Amino acid sequence: MPAELQELSHQVEARWGGRVGLSLDNGAAGLACRMECRPAELPELCSWLFSDQDYSFGGLVVEQRSGWELRYLFYRARSGWLHVVASLSSGDGRLPSISRFVHAADWHEREAEDLFGLVFEGHPRLGDFVLHNDVWQEGLAPLCKTFDASQPVKHREPDPNWKPRRIVEEVGAFAMPVGPIYSAASAAVFFQLETVGEDVIRAQPRLFYTHRALEKIAEGRRPDDVVLIAERISGTSAFAHSLALCQAVERLCQLEVPPRAASLRVLLAELERMRHHAAAIAGICESTGLAVAAAHAAMLEEELLRASGALTGHRYLFGLNRFGGLSTDLDDAACGRAAAATAWVAAKLAALQGMLSKSSSFLDRLEQVGIVSSLNARAFGLVGPIARAAGLVRDLRKVQPYCGYDRVEFGAPRESEGDGYARLRLFFREAQESAKIISTVARALPQGRFRTPETELRPGAALGWAEAPGGAALHWIRLGAEGRVERYHVITPSFANWHGFRLAAENFAFQDFPIILATFALSVHENDR
Amino acid sequence: MSQWVTKGLATGVKATHYPRAAETAPGTSPGMPAATSLPAARAQLVAARCPTAALRQVPSGVEVDRRRCVHCFRCVRETESPVDWDAGCQWAELLAGSERRGRSLGRAFSRSLHILVVDAGDCGACLSEVRQLNNPYYNMHRLGFFLTPTPRHADVLLVVGALTEHMRLPLRKAYEAMPAPKRVVAVGSCALSAAIFSPSFICAGGVGKLLPVDVEVPGNPPPPLAILHGLLLVAGRKPPSGTDAVRAGANQDRLR
Ligand code: SF4
Repeated sequence: MPAELQELSHQVEARWGGRVGLSLDNGAAGLACRMECRPAELPELCSWLFSDQDYSFGGLVVEQRSGWELRYLFYRARSGWLHVVASLSSGDGRLPSISRFVHAADWHEREAEDLFGLVFEGHPRLGDFVLHNDVWQEGLAPLCKTFDASQPVKHREPDPNWKPRRIVEEVGAFAMPVGPIYSAASAAVFFQLETVGEDVIRAQPRLFYTHRALEKIAEGRRPDDVVLIAERISGTSAFAHSLALCQAVERLCQLEVPPRAASLRVLLAELERMRHHAAAIAGICESTGLAVAAAHAAMLEEELLRASGALTGHRYLFGLNRFGGLSTDLDDAACGRAAAATAWVAAKLAALQGMLSKSSSFLDRLEQVGIVSSLNARAFGLVGPIARAAGLVRDLRKVQPYCGYDRVEFGAPRESEGDGYARLRLFFREAQESAKIISTVARALPQGRFRTPETELRPGAALGWAEAPGGAALHWIRLGAEGRVERYHVITPSFANWHGFRLAAENFAFQDFPIILATFALSVHENDR
Repeated sequence: MSQWVTKGLATGVKATHYPRAAETAPGTSPGMPAATSLPAARAQLVAARCPTAALRQVPSGVEVDRRRCVHCFRCVRETESPVDWDAGCQWAELLAGSERRGRSLGRAFSRSLHILVVDAGDCGACLSEVRQLNNPYYNMHRLGFFLTPTPRHADVLLVVGALTEHMRLPLRKAYEAMPAPKRVVAVGSCALSAAIFSPSFICAGGVGKLLPVDVEVPGNPPPPLAILHGLLLVAGRKPPSGTDAVRAGANQDRLR
């Protein structure tokens, strides 16, 4: 047992005695440590882990088996994963909320309430979340096993007069609704901007317009078809999500990934990250109205899309990840060409960054705009570039290495200001690191197979993870006896970061709204699933 | 600010020659499986590999329903009997009956078409490809196509995504708010058939379930050139069927 866990185990024993059972398991589920407790202990235990033990909250997995099984995922550097597991009899759907102490769990509990019908006692705000109250009846609970997802639901007629809840009550305050259809080619999301004049006091997003119930429709399917679903959680982060799922199944079935496949996966994951960041940069330039820079960044994004297409056959890297490796070998020369293309793009990005840093009118729009403090970023459990731009160490490639990332040398840039400009700089710096990783990997590709031959699927559950371009992606999958999927739960970086979006969107000038939105570079689809 | 002017000029013209000539740059299209003649046993095997029933066994081999294909490459990779691959991207189809509905889009629209894009439950990939149409490589402004943020100015409703229950009302409102004559272009296999999502309690299984679709653009996602092809069809600037000679050839690079 690593020293850190030994220490933890002593403390738990001293504080909770026999009420919290601690066990170690390095097997299939990919967990380092499991703590079992009654629901009543959850708030104290979780808040102790989160506040005193420096654990990050990863997410909440709810499973309906013989009873309810709730699994709170925590992680921290060098200690691996920590699963806090509590069971509840099936007749009983009530348990204490932990979000009063672990604010990062807020949305996870709301989601479980909406989709399973569980009640988290003490949670300040439940209801109207994933399933919109103006479209669905209350108490639908579509993730329950008894719910038949293949049939249309006889839902109440949409109410065209539905209005979102107002929060600001000052005299003269009014609410400006934006969305779900707004601007040119924007994702479906609704914002309620509450203002008393020039300045917007709050901007509350309403999400899940594109909720496709992917977790539900995955149930009963073959896991290799669920890889296709994982790719479509967020089409612009397809490779990272399918990688996380494949790694979960590989861990469960003890499938060895050949070294060549692991290296190719790193290369492709970084290609995706670089393209994502180029798109984010283009979005930021566009939001400030800097047309030439936006066009230039958009061209670099297209160059990376073409490099992806030429290398793999698909511009968004669909259809590549399979259990045990990839669906096709990529030859060394083609990888070399892709590395050359990314190096070219990296040089162009560096030049663009240089020019932007000299455009004061551009910087004025970004500096001190949309600030997220590191304290808030931690409390809200933010991940990925948003958290790193606020100074947090949040990168699964470093904190929980997978796919051989611990053997690759790369920097994990951080910024400290947490404002729009810090996020822009971080996107630039991370894109450079990705380009470096690609060229390192492409230069020394191991020879050998690109996939292990098929093996039998085993029943059981496992966690897979990957650092998606937007941050930590966690996939929990449980396979049944016939190798069919029983439960699939995905915790996406956009879900975590949309939760914190309103931190950056408080008391700002109206014209800054698109800029704040662009510097977050969040995916609506990844959040909605 | 003069640095940006210089930069813009130095970059020069980047726009594709499409539709005047085929785009030959690699990586501009994922391609699409094509009808293939195969012995019956092999045709059956390869058709069974398709996760969305896009491949159908016929006496001569297999046929493809492009509207369902999700580019999973299972019919070309790791199989003994790969199907043929169409490396182009002119897959869009003008549906019969489109002209009969309402007034036709006359010549006035052929070089000035305003497009409202609605995300009706996309994964983000189709939307991203639509956005690429504005980058200098595709630059759809040169063809007289413009994105508009409001239905009041829109001639074409371009819909991506599988049509979720939550987007039904907003989509219908947007369509109704558009002035006639108006057209609907459904982009991506999710918008055409729900593809991998298949109809469920929350996905209607395609935009056609709610609105009269005029042009279908298959692909998962369709590359920008395929979407452009769909827009040229709706503007009456491309012949309706696949009689067109423009084909891209350079995308054959990496399939197997
Ligand atoms: S690529 Fe996949 S979805 Fe498309 S026809 Fe082939 S097997 Fe079917």
